Amino acid sequence: MPRWMLPLALVGAALIAVPLLATLLRLDWSRAPQLLSSPAALDALSLSLRTAAAATILCVLLGVPLGYALAQWRSRLQPTVRALILAPLVLPPVVGGLALLYAFGRRGLLGESLHALGIEIAFSTAAVVVAQTFVALPFMVLAVESSVGALTGHHESLSATLGASRTTTLRHVTLPALRPALITGTVLVFARALGEFGATLTFAGSLPGVTRTLPLEIYLQRESDADAAVALAVMLVALAVTVVALAYRPLARRAP
Amino acid sequence: MSRAAAAVAAAAVAVGLTGCASADARHELTVYAAASLTEPFGELEAGFEAAHPDVEVTVVHGGSSSLAAQILEGAPADVFASADEAQMRVAAPEISGEPVVFATNTLTIAVPRGNPAGIAGLDDLADGSVVSVICAPQVPCGAATLTLAQSAGLTLRPASQEGSVTDVLGKVATGQADAGVVYATDVLREPAVAAVDIDGAHAVISRYPIATTARAEDSALAGAFVDYVTGPHGRALLADAGFGAP
Repeated sequence: MPRWMLPLALVGAALIAVPLLATLLRLDWSRAPQLLSSPAALDALSLSLRTAAAATILCVLLGVPLGYALAQWRSRLQPTVRALILAPLVLPPVVGGLALLYAFGRRGLLGESLHALGIEIAFSTAAVVVAQTFVALPFMVLAVESSVGALTGHHESLSATLGASRTTTLRHVTLPALRPALITGTVLVFARALGEFGATLTFAGSLPGVTRTLPLEIYLQRESDADAAVALAVMLVALAVTVVALAYRPLARRAP
Repeated sequence: MSRAAAAVAAAAVAVGLTGCASADARHELTVYAAASLTEPFGELEAGFEAAHPDVEVTVVHGGSSSLAAQILEGAPADVFASADEAQMRVAAPEISGEPVVFATNTLTIAVPRGNPAGIAGLDDLADGSVVSVICAPQVPCGAATLTLAQSAGLTLRPASQEGSVTDVLGKVATGQADAGVVYATDVLREPAVAAVDIDGAHAVISRYPIATTARAEDSALAGAFVDYVTGPHGRALLADAGFGAP
């Protein structure tokens, strides 16, 4: 590395590390246990964990087949469809929330039919899970797609030659090969779901115990009790650092 | 080709320079105002600029609690107009002088035009049979809503508690909610909603204070804006928008 790059690298590191450390320094350690165990904080934490877990399961169930299909699909339409599916990666979440509203909201494209069936998604915990799945799914799709793309296909062909069905091949040959990608994808999807804010606020609203997840609670507490917001924020920072350390460890090891 | 590019670059530099020069010659005034003041403050901004041609006023709207928190963190506000006195007290360390109450407001129920859920009063929002949204108790409109519900002996069962009154209004205007508790003035500015009166609404009056901030660069100009809002012209504009006199 040329020496002139070092100062720039340090500025980059400081830009990320300083705010995170500043949050830590802002924490009132003596009040932290009490702030973190308040009913509002526990409600938000429990809701966040439950909805993020549900969204993660949905992302695995839907994202693995979708990533697999995208990797194997040969069509002129593939790049367009792929771009559409991966759009939530870079879309502002509030735009995602509006899009969900126009689809599943009471006056949305599907909302009226769902309403007729007696299904109301808006303002419910289900809406939180849908919003989280919407923003997190592309992470799983991308992880699976790039991993399937890297497979040579030799083992699958061999398995088929030996008379294994496609599902048997998937279970005993392909999935074990995808294991690192599945683990990374699952951890990232869970973290993204846990951190979801914009789409949830826009699409699901904010009600304690029902739709007010940790990020929404932090946003509201920031206005009335900054210390409580900081305590919750530090908890999410710790969680994010742990998750990234876990998810990116295999990649770091593989790097030269 | 390269000459054209050079000309474009020169023009861009010239525009940039004149842009800077004109900004230096003009005075800038930044006003932080409660979300419910969006309508009248747009007109107040235009009126003040017409009276002071060398002044560029920028109004930043948001939930009062959010604005107060930003002012405490050093946001570049010269004037703060809050939807209640509690949030003005939160911002007090950064406020100079005594805040002046310049307007009052009351609460009402906003329903989508045609009132599809047939809302008749505040008690319809307490039985959980309709989808209603209110402000969170942490923000002024939510604090007032809570006081009003308690004085009526009701426990509201909202589908969502929003961070600002404009978010409540938006959810009703788009038909996401059957009803929402907002300020009386909000219903006047949103054609997609109608008002359902709340019995005893006048028992809970929201008082809007305005003050200049300690960090205002031109405190005389900031003071002039406060005087304009509290003066006859400001009063008339606020009355037109449905706000009560202090």
